[in-house]
Amino acid sequence: MKVLVIAEHNNDAILHSTLHAVTAAQALGEVTLLVAGFQQEKAVEVASKIAGVNHVISVNAEHYQHQLPEELAPLVASLKGQYGAFTATASVFGKNLMPRIAALMDVSQISDITKIVNANTFEHPIYAGNVIETISTTEETLVLTFRSTAFEASAVEGGNANVVNMDAIAVTNLTQFVSANLTKSDRPELGQAKVIVSGGRALQSKDQFETLLTPLADKLNAAIGASRAAVDSGFVANDYQVGQTGKIVAPELYLALGISGAIQHIAGMQGSKVIVAINKDPDAAIFKIADYGLVGDLFEIIPQLTEQL
Amino acid sequence: MKVLVAVKQVIDHNVRIRLKGDKSAVETDNVKLSINPFDEIAVEEAVRLKEKGTASEVIAVSIGTKNVEEVLRSALAMGADKAILVNTDMKLDSLGVAKILAKIGEREQPSLYLLGKQSIDRDANQTPQMLAALLNASQGTYINEIAFDNNRAVITREIDGGMETLSLSLPAVVSSDLRLNEPRFIKLPSIMQARRKPLEVIELDSLGCTIRLKTKVEALREPEGRKAGVMVTSVEELVNKLKHEAKVI
Repeated sequence: MKVLVIAEHNNDAILHSTLHAVTAAQALGEVTLLVAGFQQEKAVEVASKIAGVNHVISVNAEHYQHQLPEELAPLVASLKGQYGAFTATASVFGKNLMPRIAALMDVSQISDITKIVNANTFEHPIYAGNVIETISTTEETLVLTFRSTAFEASAVEGGNANVVNMDAIAVTNLTQFVSANLTKSDRPELGQAKVIVSGGRALQSKDQFETLLTPLADKLNAAIGASRAAVDSGFVANDYQVGQTGKIVAPELYLALGISGAIQHIAGMQGSKVIVAINKDPDAAIFKIADYGLVGDLFEIIPQLTEQL
Repeated sequence: MKVLVAVKQVIDHNVRIRLKGDKSAVETDNVKLSINPFDEIAVEEAVRLKEKGTASEVIAVSIGTKNVEEVLRSALAMGADKAILVNTDMKLDSLGVAKILAKIGEREQPSLYLLGKQSIDRDANQTPQMLAALLNASQGTYINEIAFDNNRAVITREIDGGMETLSLSLPAVVSSDLRLNEPRFIKLPSIMQARRKPLEVIELDSLGCTIRLKTKVEALREPEGRKAGVMVTSVEELVNKLKHEAKVI
């Protein structure tokens, strides 16, 4: 099967999220990576070196600069019939774009795939990860998104894809990009981090959240995550949220600090290799899934832990 | 400006999901059903737009059997003006739902479609984007803010790494993220009033939609459970275990 992966990029680089879809797509067949953007030569160059990518399609036009789905979806849909599967990683980018493509092609989409059973049968979690569904499709064209934590990232070097240019299609002008406000951080990205230090409402304030978690995360070279309660309380920005509606993570070590363990939070981190829970409530649900639990006062324990690492 | 808001009935978010004994389906007997939390946020936003004078009419739509009337009554109690129930017992996927909503849209001609970003049962996160495609309309997904200016909707959306602001032409389809608003508590008098508000039932067959289901559920299972862990009594013991037993630090 020929598989098209739609690259998420910033015109200079291919974002790490895309590398997971490349790995998943290789299990289905020959991989072509589509890089549609504006003056995106650098991203195309990077794309052509990704291991497992056979071909790169480059589309350069000003209306693809921000990769709005209103512009990208008709471009991708125009390739219907040329590929057996159209795929992306289930990042915000992929989730936003792929259903628009599927509907333009009049095809049902399968979201957030965690396992490829065969070329038309897949596993994916539903009900906040409480049920794993095996689903088959009889669509001739597949539209799929892959959960990043279920597929390794492809290597960024080692590939040698040929690059072909493709013409843009007409601008729709339905939507205009105004601005982006990205959270600046020197830490590892939440979705890629080997260690995550995650805080909940029990940390009580933005100041305490930062004062307690930052040194610990520094020691462990960890990303910082948060429960919805911590985000809603204004301790951190929303893109730190781990859970059914936030990011799905699966690090080597997940430290849940003052997080009770609501179903929706667990949905986002239960794939972690080792889970540590520290909470003052011995009955907190998080202890049911933690490999190591410690009951006690966070304000004493976190500084001790930081010191002993 | 007319606003159409789509709502889905799902198993309440606090219910612990169980599979039926034969693993054929999720147990729904004697299980509490509620309005999908993201849809509740969408209804709240629609009603706030009406209270601000931006929206002239709020229409709530749901699809399913007579049982889903309950979520439409909730939407009416929150402040929607009228409700439409598309009556069918057909099994639908997101594409089917989007096609039905597009047909209702053709009839009602709203300027704004407000949906939840995903339903907490299927977790597909597809319907709003598909609806926007079928209508050839702008889409603003995962929004936490919406304002109107010169016949355009300016939305802020939650993206990986931060926020993004887009200007959408109307009609537009937007999907609510959790932080768009805090839905109101429904008071008893509103529930009484909602009973008198119009609720139209439309048979799916009368809409002229071509719906086909090309996916099939082959099996359901519970995820691999995590092995029971151990409780430690001190920070020293925890650090020791992480270093020498789990070997993750």
